[in-house]
Amino acid sequence: MNIIVCIKQVPETTEVRINPETNTLMREGVKSIINPFDMYAIEEGVLIREKVGGKVTVVTMGPPQAEAALREAISLGADEAILLSDRAFAGSDTWATSYTLAAAIRKIKDYQLIICGKQASDGDTAQVGPGIATHLDIPQVIYVKKVEEIKDTTIRVWRMTEDGYEVIEAPFPVLFTVVKEINTPRLPSLKGIMRSKQAKITVWTHKDIEADFAQLGLNGSPTQVAKVFTPAPRGKGQMLSGTTDDIVAGLVNILKEQQ
Amino acid sequence: MPIQVIFEKCTGCTVCVKVCPFDAIRMMDKKAVINLDKCTLCGACAPACKFKAILLEKSEAGSPKSDLRHYKGVWIFAEQRKGKVQPIAFELLGKARELARDLETDVSAVLLGDRLEEEIQELIWRGADKVYVVEKRELANYLDEPYTNVIVELIKKYKPEAFLCGATTIGRSLISRIAIKIKAGLTADCTDLAVDKEKKMLLQTRPAFGGNIMATIICPAYRPQMATVRHKVFPESPSDMKRKGKVIRENLDGPILESRTSLLDIIDEIESTVNIGDADIIVAGGRGMKTPENFKMLEDLAKALGGAVGASRAAVDSGWMPYSHQVGQTGKTVCPKIYIACGISGQIQHLVGMQSAKTIIAINSDPYAPIFKIANYGIVADIFEIIPILTRRLKEVCKK
Repeated sequence: MNIIVCIKQVPETTEVRINPETNTLMREGVKSIINPFDMYAIEEGVLIREKVGGKVTVVTMGPPQAEAALREAISLGADEAILLSDRAFAGSDTWATSYTLAAAIRKIKDYQLIICGKQASDGDTAQVGPGIATHLDIPQVIYVKKVEEIKDTTIRVWRMTEDGYEVIEAPFPVLFTVVKEINTPRLPSLKGIMRSKQAKITVWTHKDIEADFAQLGLNGSPTQVAKVFTPAPRGKGQMLSGTTDDIVAGLVNILKEQQ
Repeated sequence: MPIQVIFEKCTGCTVCVKVCPFDAIRMMDKKAVINLDKCTLCGACAPACKFKAILLEKSEAGSPKSDLRHYKGVWIFAEQRKGKVQPIAFELLGKARELARDLETDVSAVLLGDRLEEEIQELIWRGADKVYVVEKRELANYLDEPYTNVIVELIKKYKPEAFLCGATTIGRSLISRIAIKIKAGLTADCTDLAVDKEKKMLLQTRPAFGGNIMATIICPAYRPQMATVRHKVFPESPSDMKRKGKVIRENLDGPILESRTSLLDIIDEIESTVNIGDADIIVAGGRGMKTPENFKMLEDLAKALGGAVGASRAAVDSGWMPYSHQVGQTGKTVCPKIYIACGISGQIQHLVGMQSAKTIIAINSDPYAPIFKIANYGIVADIFEIIPILTRRLKEVCKK
């Protein structure tokens, strides 16, 4: 089975510090990592390949330095990697991003399964996965928490819902977004690390993917930012102190008031 | 280049440097200089500049501007599961009424399913002026493709100017497909929605750029303007049984109702406690709870308060609580009335999942824990001493 995994390079949020005076993020020296949710997508792609054979191709759209994320994905077991990098892609919102990724996947042509993380940790929209599926006119199952059975022409999965899960059967080709519960991502193997260093990363521009220029980047994006602001910090909190009895009495009052 | 700094206007105030999420702006000779290798044209800097010194040019040649005035009305997607309209629909209706007032238009709910008579009435009582109803056996349960196809048809026919949808599992799956099909702008997880009365435009505010920056997003050239809102961000609109509304039934048939995926089964996982997404009170535990057994203490407190138990990632990763209870970036985002954080230090990944709670109470033995910075009430104490006494006292108060 030919599996495509779409990933995104994001800032490592555990390292983000907030400047207490200006209440803004301090981004200097912040490392870039693979979006944590995409780690489950890569692992699931590799697990399915190990089970049924085939190939895992990772695709990302980003600046040239996003190559590092692709190399890491190879160290985790992916076979091939494609970087979509072009100034024409800059300023893409989720519409234009999914258009661009879909155009690249159309060019890859031979695929049965596309896997994405549930959402990116920096944008949090969860829109690009379904967006790719719609651009490609294929079905999707979002929030997949388990792959139950893989047959020749169909795949059966569990989709996480608010109340439990649904059992869904889909024909190939299909796109999944996966949640944390689906697997435990492996660590890179030594062989994988060696391979990732030597691997050739294919780079495609808008010409390579035969995209409609008007649909790309800033110009292809329906949404735009009108204003940015830092939210007012929460009011200064109140500390409760005293004996355990004092504290408990205070808490009971607060809980009664707020309820 | 689509982005440039107008040096004559730049005062060297450095606001843009601070706001850039990609560290792409530097000051050189007291003027802002954009590093185009790093700039992603995300658009954060241009509106932040008070002196209008950053130009971000966008050509919208291909967009259907002239057509926009034909789009009227605020729509909401009335999500139903097992034939019951979900509370998120009433939350959206409340907000939609405010927006419709400022846009001088009306509110419609879109309801798809099978045999929904009573639910239609409820939507009108809750604030819908019109309810578009498509009842078909094929639509009884949510499926991506028929739901998308039907709503796309309705949008093309009736042309709403705004369309709101819940950021639920169903809502997120559906609305993304619709936005791509009709080429509309879509803003996820809005924490505020308002109207620019002059331009009659929807102002959609959400946390952005992976941090504590808020961005207001607009969609000037495409309609409808689409947004999702998480459950519990807005209050439910009250039911007014005197309200009247119009029911518009659409009879759609044929390939539009076909689905390539099939729903084989719906499994509800019955849990002993309330779902944290729906709870008004959450008692959450972190690494400071030390053992899985200690979570029993939190369960007792939650029960006394009629709330649910949440957990930090640390507690879930240690296997003390199931993943369905996890609050934070890789878990659920919650917005209860009261959030009691016990032994949770307050890593940013946890805070993003609970900071919109109305009242936050933090109990931690470490006085320097970051959770105290956002807590309304902080207690530096031993959890294991405080919680059982608090639970007992609350039970006594309840009895009285």
